This record gives sequence, structure tokens and C-alpha cells, in this order.
Amino acid sequence: MSPILTVRDLQVSFRTDDGVVHAVDGVSFEVSPGEVVAVVGESGSGKSVTAQTLIGLTRAPNSKITGSVMFEGADLIELPDDQFRAVRGEHIAMVFQDPMTSLNPVYRVGDQIAEMIRAHRDVSKAEALSRSVDLLRSVGIPNPERRVRDYPHEFSGGMRQRVMIAMALALDPEVLIADEPTTALDVTIQAQILRLLDNLNRDRNLSVVLITHDLGVVAELADRVVVMYGGQIVEDATLDEIFYNPQHPYTWGLLGSIARLDEPRPERLTQIVGQPPSLLNPPTGCRFAARCKYAFDKCTQPPALEARLGDATHLDRCWLTPAEKLESR
Amino acid sequence: MLRFAARRLIGMIAVLFAISVIVFLIFNVIPNSDPAARIAGRNANPTLIARVSADLGLDRPLPVQYLTMMKQIFTGELTSYATDQNVADQIWRGLPATLSLTIGAAVLWMALAIWFGYLSAVRAGGFTDRALTILALVGISMPVFWLAAILLYFLSFKAQLFPTGSYVPLTENPVQWAYHLILPWFTLAVLYVGFYSRVLRSNMLDSMNEDYVRTARAKGISERQVRIRHVLRNSMIPIVTLFGLDFGAVVGGGAILTETVFNINGVGLYAGQAIGKLDLPPLMAVTMFGAFFIVLFNTIVDILYAVLDPRIRLGEAAPV
Repeated sequence: MSPILTVRDLQVSFRTDDGVVHAVDGVSFEVSPGEVVAVVGESGSGKSVTAQTLIGLTRAPNSKITGSVMFEGADLIELPDDQFRAVRGEHIAMVFQDPMTSLNPVYRVGDQIAEMIRAHRDVSKAEALSRSVDLLRSVGIPNPERRVRDYPHEFSGGMRQRVMIAMALALDPEVLIADEPTTALDVTIQAQILRLLDNLNRDRNLSVVLITHDLGVVAELADRVVVMYGGQIVEDATLDEIFYNPQHPYTWGLLGSIARLDEPRPERLTQIVGQPPSLLNPPTGCRFAARCKYAFDKCTQPPALEARLGDATHLDRCWLTPAEKLESR
Repeated sequence: MLRFAARRLIGMIAVLFAISVIVFLIFNVIPNSDPAARIAGRNANPTLIARVSADLGLDRPLPVQYLTMMKQIFTGELTSYATDQNVADQIWRGLPATLSLTIGAAVLWMALAIWFGYLSAVRAGGFTDRALTILALVGISMPVFWLAAILLYFLSFKAQLFPTGSYVPLTENPVQWAYHLILPWFTLAVLYVGFYSRVLRSNMLDSMNEDYVRTARAKGISERQVRIRHVLRNSMIPIVTLFGLDFGAVVGGGAILTETVFNINGVGLYAGQAIGKLDLPPLMAVTMFGAFFIVLFNTIVDILYAVLDPRIRLGEAAPV
């Protein structure tokens, strides 16, 4: 199946007072129809900037974006603003991290969904509102006929995230970008939202780019996992490969940082020692080397993202041989 | 809603009471302010002064004098010491001119402030923004009487583009009404345009970083719609508060300078003359009139607030 979204060598940098920040440095991945691709990494790894670039939200006078994002035969990076607007919302929609602040507090939720519909379809306000009611019902909001007239502050966090998802689905997009959709929610609510996303993915064959740092969420939903570190992809593999055969020491670190409930409680939670690299002047060699237990002299050279296992669907960016990795892990 | 109205009413009474007491006391401690001595004229003998004092009731204890004055204010019987005219009638006569001046100026200052503030915020850092910033600072720093005098000198006296002030009633000749008021409107509005456009600009720049603005962009609506419907709309809330207070203050006497320089026979001019003559009854009445408007518009703003921001419920609105 040909991919619906193909990202090739995406570079995003921002001019700031301190210098040029290379937030995303040569990211490439693909999303097939109906596939859930999780982009994982810690804060500052460039995952959110990648997500926002896919929908054109990083376009600004101080940003520079190169590479390509192919979607339905067009390169979104090259698309002029007004044509991009037609894609945004209609074909690629986004759900943001914090539902408490992502809805405009002064408008009724129905009006906010209707605004999205009417931006792309020539329908009356009443039609758009009745469509909003259906959407709210489809994401499991009780009493949608009444709730459509409520303001955001009258919803709980989980319900607001449902509203955001309903809004994102308003125009039946092919791709949904979910930027940490459960991070701001209670654990019980997280599970509900994940189940909702999972159902949408199955029922509508919706492709999802899921941005998260929560490997529990990844295990729940993802088909493929892209691990980002310091603005680059360090590993790209299927869900099972990432969990059972991870190739990059950073991925090991991430997996090792999961607090286990089925083992005796450790003194301290495991962590990856050190700080992520500054994206103002990233290191020339492997970006993870400074924090890597297994770093050796070759790590001063930048490793390429390659299929080092001989499996074309499993790429990583580490100089260690697969045998060494198996031993060290 | 009922509780809100009741609380507001009690607040208004308290404010008016406090202001009347303060004005009354200040007047009585100003040296050389004894109206009896002024009315009796130069070289008056003590018996004449005492008679005038008794006529005006000034020989009675202060609390009694205060109560008498309050009673006269609320029954509309208050008369000026200096001219023997009924104060309520005078204020009533000045009201159309004052309202014409202030409402017109308010429309002008809001329209220009929103326009300039919006442009500044959208072009933040650019040439338009810098030019408007300088313009706003100049507007804020220019004294009203100076600006008015300059405008009158150059535009009315030298270029003869505008009449030299005075007021033509709207009912008499609407065109002349507006023509005569253009310069006063502009003069009164300049300060507020400068101030409001600065506030709006910074509010808008803050709002632009809000998450819901990003959400709006992600919907695929045009940048203009994002700015007007989401950024500007949410930035207007503080502006409305400012407007309520300032408009109340301007109606209630803040236009004294403008009315005086342009010779507009409004409430402000009347107050200015009363100050000149140390005439307590008109001063008291005008001050109460001003305080009433300020409290009134403050209340209206709180109601508007609840409309503009659905998170605010009237019962919980900021106390008086």
C-alpha cells in the first residue's frame, strides 16, 4: 500500500535571539493509510515541531523549513499559504496537548466546530451545528443536543479533549495528528481517549500520527514507532521490534525508564543520566554519545539512519554492531 | 442577577455618600470660601454677612447644612450661591452638549483605538507598528488644553477650516452640530486613542500565543479570521473595562478642559465656572452627577463582561 503521507529529509530551524535553533534535522518517515505512527521522544527532541510542521503551523517569518512532505501528490512544504489552508483541517487535522486551553473560552463548542466545517464547506450555520451534534455524539459526549450550546469551561478535561477530537474529525480527514493528546488528562480519562482514538483508527481507517513521550500510550495504539532524539530520528521500527528488539541505546534508555509494577520497587526510578543536547549547536557526532554508556571512539562521527539489522523496516542510528547491541542490552 | 443589582445599588449609594461628604468637608476647610462674605460684597459689615449667612443657612451646624444640601439635591431645589439659579436646571441644560461631545468622542476613540491597536499588533515590530507607537505616545503626552489651543489657532483661526468652538444643538442643525464638534471630538479622543491602542496591541500580542489561536489556525480558516474572531475578540475584554470607567469619568466632568477651551456650554463648563467662583452647590451636584455616571458605567461594564466572557457569572463579578 502506498503511503498517504511521506516526509523526506524535513529540516526546521528557527532564528532566535541566541542563534539558529535546528529543531528538526533531517526527519524522514512514512504513514500508510490506516496506520498509527507514534513519534516518541523527550521534551525538546523535535517531535512537536515535526507534528506542527506537517500541518503548517511552524510557518513564520523566523522559521526555515526545507525537505518535503508529500500528501496526495502535493508537497505541503512548497504549497502557498492559502492552498495549505484548504488541506489543513479538511485532509489533515490536529488534536493538541492541552484541551483546557485549546478551545476558545468565549465561544460555544458547537460554534467552534461549526467554524471549522464552514471554513471548508458551503453550508448554513444551522447545518453545521446539527453536524456538530452528530460529531459530539460520535465521540461519546452524552446529551450532545444540549452540550453543543455549552461553553468550554462547562466541560471536564476529558470531555474537552473529546470535543477537540470531534472538531478534528469534522471534515473526515485522512490523517489525524495527535500531539500528546492524553498528557494533560487523568489516567482513567487517558484510557478512554486512547480507546476512542483506537476505534476511530479502526472504523474510519484513519491514519494517525501520534506524538507522545508515554510508551504506555505507544504500546496501546501504535503500529510503527519513530524515536526522536535531538531533532533527529534515532530509531524507526514496528511496535514489536521497538519493544522486543530495540537497536538504539536511547530507545533502551526510554524503555528502561518505564516504572515496572511487576518487579520489586527500586530505590530510585531509572533515568537516562544527563541533558538532551542543545539544538543551537548540536554535537557533530552521534547526538546521544554524551549520555550513552556504550559510546566509543567512532561515535564522534555522525551515524546514518540505516537498516543495520538487514530488515528494511527497522532503521537505527547507532555505530554498535547488532551483535554488540544484543550483548549490551 | 437580583443579588447583583442589589449589591450594585448599595455600592452606588455608599460611593455617592462618601463623595458628597468629602466634597462638603473639603469645601468647608478651604480658606476664604465663606460664601456669605463673598455674596455680601466688599466692605460689607458683619451684620450684613451674618444676615446672608442666616439666609443661606450657613450659621447652622455642619451636619445640618450637609443634610439640607442633600435634601435639596434629591428634590431638585438646589440653587447656586453665586447666581441664584437652580443647579438641576443648569446641569440639565448642559447635558445635551456634554453628551454630544462625549458620545461622539467615545465612538471616535474606540474606532481609532481598535483600528490602530489591531494594525500595530499585526505588524508588530514593523514600520506601521513603530509609527503608531510614536503617534500613540505623542497622543498620550499632549495636554488637552494645549492641543485644543493649537488646533483652534491653526485650523480655525489661520486656515479657517473649522468654526472656533461653541455648540449648535443637534435638533437645530445636525450638519452644523457635527461640524462644530469635529475639533472637540478629536481633542478629547486623542489621549484615549493613544492609550487604548497600546493596551489593545499588547493584549493582542499576548493572545496570539494562546493555544486556542493555534487551534483556530489548524482549522484552516484564514489568518484574518483567526485574528479578528479569536485574537481581537478575546483581547477586547480588558478594553471594555477601561472604556466603561473612562466614559463614565468623561461624561461626569472629565471633559471640563475640552468644553472650556472650545466654549461648549456643557456640564463641564458649568463645573469649571463653579470652581472659579467657589460655588458649592453646583460643585456638589456636578461631582455627584459624575460619580453617578462612573458607578453606572462600571455596572454596565460588569454586565457586558459576563456577555463577553461566558466564564464570568454576574453574581461572582468583581465587587464594587
